[in-house]
Amino acid sequence: MIFNKTQLDNGLEIIAEINPSVHSVAVGFFVKAGSRDESQDVSGVSHFLEHMMFKGTEDLTAEDVNRIFDEVGANYNAATGEESTFYYAAVLPEYWRRTAELLAAILYPSLRNDDFEMEKQVILEEIGMYEDQPSFVLYDRLMQSHFAGHPLGQSILGSSDSVRRLTADQMRQYHHDHYRAGNIVLAVAGNTTWNEVEDFARTCCQHWPAGGTSRSAELPRPPSTRELLVRESAFQEQLMLMTPAPAADSPLRFAAELLTVVVGDDSGSRFYWKLVDSGLAEVAELSFQDYEDCGGFMTYLTCDPEQVGANLEHIREIFDDVNRHGVSEEELSRAKNKTAARIVLRSERPMERLSSLGGNWIYRKEYRSVTDDLQAIEQVTRDQIREVIDRYPLTQWTTTAIGPRTAW
Amino acid sequence: MHHQELNVHRLANGMTLVVETMRNVQSAAFTLLLPSGSVFDPPDQNGVASVLATWLLKGAGKRGSQELTTDLDNLGVQRSESVGVSHLMLNGATLSHILHPTLEIYADIVRSPHLADEHFESSTAYVEQMLGSIEDEPRQKVMQELRRRTFKRPWGLPPEGSLDDLPRIDPDDVRQNWGKCVRPQETILGIAGNVEFEAVKSWVEELFGDWDNPLSAEFKELDSGPTFDHLQQESTQTQIGIAYPSVPYRHPDYYTAWAAVGVLSGGMSSRLFTEVREKRGLCYSVYASLNSLPHDGRVICYAGTTNERAQETLDVTLQVIRELKNGIGEDELARCKARAKSSLIMQQESTMARSSSVARDWFHLGEVQTLNDIHKRIEELTPQAVLEHVHQFPAQDFTILTIGPEMLEIPNDL
Repeated sequence: MIFNKTQLDNGLEIIAEINPSVHSVAVGFFVKAGSRDESQDVSGVSHFLEHMMFKGTEDLTAEDVNRIFDEVGANYNAATGEESTFYYAAVLPEYWRRTAELLAAILYPSLRNDDFEMEKQVILEEIGMYEDQPSFVLYDRLMQSHFAGHPLGQSILGSSDSVRRLTADQMRQYHHDHYRAGNIVLAVAGNTTWNEVEDFARTCCQHWPAGGTSRSAELPRPPSTRELLVRESAFQEQLMLMTPAPAADSPLRFAAELLTVVVGDDSGSRFYWKLVDSGLAEVAELSFQDYEDCGGFMTYLTCDPEQVGANLEHIREIFDDVNRHGVSEEELSRAKNKTAARIVLRSERPMERLSSLGGNWIYRKEYRSVTDDLQAIEQVTRDQIREVIDRYPLTQWTTTAIGPRTAW
Repeated sequence: MHHQELNVHRLANGMTLVVETMRNVQSAAFTLLLPSGSVFDPPDQNGVASVLATWLLKGAGKRGSQELTTDLDNLGVQRSESVGVSHLMLNGATLSHILHPTLEIYADIVRSPHLADEHFESSTAYVEQMLGSIEDEPRQKVMQELRRRTFKRPWGLPPEGSLDDLPRIDPDDVRQNWGKCVRPQETILGIAGNVEFEAVKSWVEELFGDWDNPLSAEFKELDSGPTFDHLQQESTQTQIGIAYPSVPYRHPDYYTAWAAVGVLSGGMSSRLFTEVREKRGLCYSVYASLNSLPHDGRVICYAGTTNERAQETLDVTLQVIRELKNGIGEDELARCKARAKSSLIMQQESTMARSSSVARDWFHLGEVQTLNDIHKRIEELTPQAVLEHVHQFPAQDFTILTIGPEMLEIPNDL
């Protein structure tokens, strides 16, 4: 595997991990524009705009865009998050250039009024779909509560009201401000050559507007809250908890990741033995969410409504024990084995490499090979885990629940 | 497409080992299909196989529950257990040099699980909660209830189990099910990864060669229905499920049927996506797919939409499906072929995808199709052939289920 990088005059960064032994090429544009970059009056615009990208350009209709992606057999999509929007496709090597050209073209769409109004209906349907799924409602509320007063708390989808109010002009302005080459990273992984990648970028992306945006340096100050959303007809109670954790650029991030495997992996973790194996909960997991300037340890619990109080008590006991005594050498070693196997298995597909490649670059401007990641995992010590816990103790700082419980 | 190294070994006890050697990867994945799917759940005890899938992992051979999970974790095995109508499936993947000790543990799980009383209640509690979660997820619920109505019993019963039946299941029911169903004769072990066939063959002979079970299980088929049904639920969206007959995986026309469904719903340029979502903005999610049992098949469609637009969504979806018989474009079929080629080739980048494919092929076909064979069969399809298939297996005899606050009108001419 060979890594290459360069930057165009307009600020677009290009990175590629070339691997001739795989069968496909994955290509993606990571755009630094997500829900945290929205002002209140355009809540949901990043995600709505992601949909509008597939509605065509001056030269291509929406039908053309869908048709061409299907003609090359692309496995493609886009995703909007709090901090970025990601447009990607995995294709056979012979089609990668054509696919990349299409992706590059649609990043500067025509945003026609008719398409805007039609797609607004689809977005409202998407919001309706998630309203019926308790875990999505819960996640939105958790983020709002934990990051209250900070842009990270803003909903990715927006609300039905904010989307209805949004105008095509507001979207055009947002696109004009944020879709600038300095905000974008082009990443390629798989079976192609660096020459081809460079040539494509210089031919198709050179004319993009230069510049970029910056974010407020203000850090979130999560207020400790507990919130209950009542859904009387639900069978299960779902809870999400969040407590501060290291940021994406922290050297402690590998230790933070391993800590979550020890405490809350879906098998063999402390949560698993206490809550899932015993039948007290269906799901009990701890994950590490990292953002540009902060992070969160998120607990997700799904259980019988009657068990909520007892299960929260068990979680508190597990947290207290870890905060006091750390993790054992044996637990750490097992977590390393699991994580290393996962890294290797994931790395076999270019699409997975692409997301790792882009993630490392947008957050840390660094290239990490699979071997680099395996070494980093191997080198984590109990002392580093201790440091994570000392700086970011596990607590039930923000707690949100959805289900039939009306009190607890 | 690259040459595939495929090998099959049939053990004397009837168990089949299918191995695909993939030399460019570091991992190995396995799919163990045990012939104890939910069709063998005794009447009014839908959920026995589901409880077994959880209970099976709670101690086996010389390892207690905790030791077993800990050892698999130490080996870095990514695993999952699930129940289908025909099989209980144990899937795992890890680094290829660790496959042998992993299989040793799985041989114990299959042949000598403890199925101890002390872990029964927690296994049932887990299944009960999983079923509760499905009740809370309307998209899953509509598909589960649609299958229940369109396939004959017990084929259409939810493999995960039914909340009403769960209290009627006791430990001995599940032990009996294991005793009768988990047998070498119809067990298939699919393996894909950087492994040598001869080595794997000798491990499997050593671990499973002397496994024997003279028992067997049976079930009786019963009618299901109703054909058109509505479940009342206060929700933002109405869930629409539509099913109509098609061919199973082993049918010679399977890939023709696949292409017909591809024209309807393969990719974003397909008809359903274009007509229902792109042109009318009626929903976010609409799709159709081919669903296969060993002997029977269905096209299953889904659409979820806000209540006030549900009637139009149902009408347009049905219209698009029924208009398929009017013609298939050369370009539409070409796009299906392109998507098929790309997905066949990319399968070679995933050991997990390949291990489940080779095991599934053996179950349905008694052979493993090479990716080249499949590619060739798809390339040979013509619009005319697909259209003839649509006429031969027309969209009719629909089963339709809706979940939401209001019942919809089913067109009179269905």
